[in-house]
Amino acid sequence: MRIGVTVFPGSNCDRDALYGVGRMGAEAVELWHGDADLKGVDAVIVPGGFSYGDYLRPGAIARFANVMGPLEEFAKDGGPVLGVCNGFQVLTEAHLLPGALLRNTHMRFVCDRVRVRVESVDTPWTAGCDPGEELTLPVAHNEGNYFADPATISRLEDEGRVVLRYLENRNGSAHDIAGVCNEGRNVVGIMPHPERVCDPALGSDEGLRILRSVLVGVGV
Amino acid sequence: MNIRVLVRPKAGILDPQGEAVKNALPALGFEGVRTVHVGRLVEMEVESADEVDAMCRRLLSNPTIEEYEWEVVG
Repeated sequence: MRIGVTVFPGSNCDRDALYGVGRMGAEAVELWHGDADLKGVDAVIVPGGFSYGDYLRPGAIARFANVMGPLEEFAKDGGPVLGVCNGFQVLTEAHLLPGALLRNTHMRFVCDRVRVRVESVDTPWTAGCDPGEELTLPVAHNEGNYFADPATISRLEDEGRVVLRYLENRNGSAHDIAGVCNEGRNVVGIMPHPERVCDPALGSDEGLRILRSVLVGVGV
Repeated sequence: MNIRVLVRPKAGILDPQGEAVKNALPALGFEGVRTVHVGRLVEMEVESADEVDAMCRRLLSNPTIEEYEWEVVG
């Protein structure tokens, strides 16, 4: 299986994501922002960082990068896409996921490990997890406060599209939401960083529970 | 043609920046501030105003969380 990792100017978790893909036993493929080409990958990770310096709004400019055209087509055709942190912000700006990520309620950058619960295993990025499984994952963000209008939040809850939920809400997210998926369930956005805990040398490899899921999720 | 675009958080949406400023003002001795909202001002020089609204919708604001208004300022 080949998994692409997009690289924008200002991405800073792309190397970690590429490393994580190697750790999960897949081939990692770098996808440069300026190339409108997904190089035939089977899944795509949009990594964290500060794409385009977070100018205007996090993710607002990255969504118009050349690589996003084929990525949007890939997502609409059901291809598995995972946005992590800034990648989640990019996917909401691109309207591939509902809602938006606001400034953390307390106006401080949060950098810590938090407990989250896997609320849905019906996505390619959680298919290898147990329902209700609890994970400890790193978070590092200034805009992680998930917001959507109340009707959208109800819909996400009713349709089981809240994928990860914080057991300790550090940013003010509505309904403790740490991750959601699209209607087709193939596009997932999460604020925690599974790629930062994908090797015991990093203190934990719990992140592989998420990353490796895609091997199950697309039936490879 | 000069355009001024004002982007701000939609009414009712949590505005942590505005809250932080509101809470900071009394610390400097400024009393009686009831609400503060922090937005963004974008100044542009354009050849025509025809597409300014599209620019606001597609890039300058995020309609999920923000509202905008714009005017020609000469």
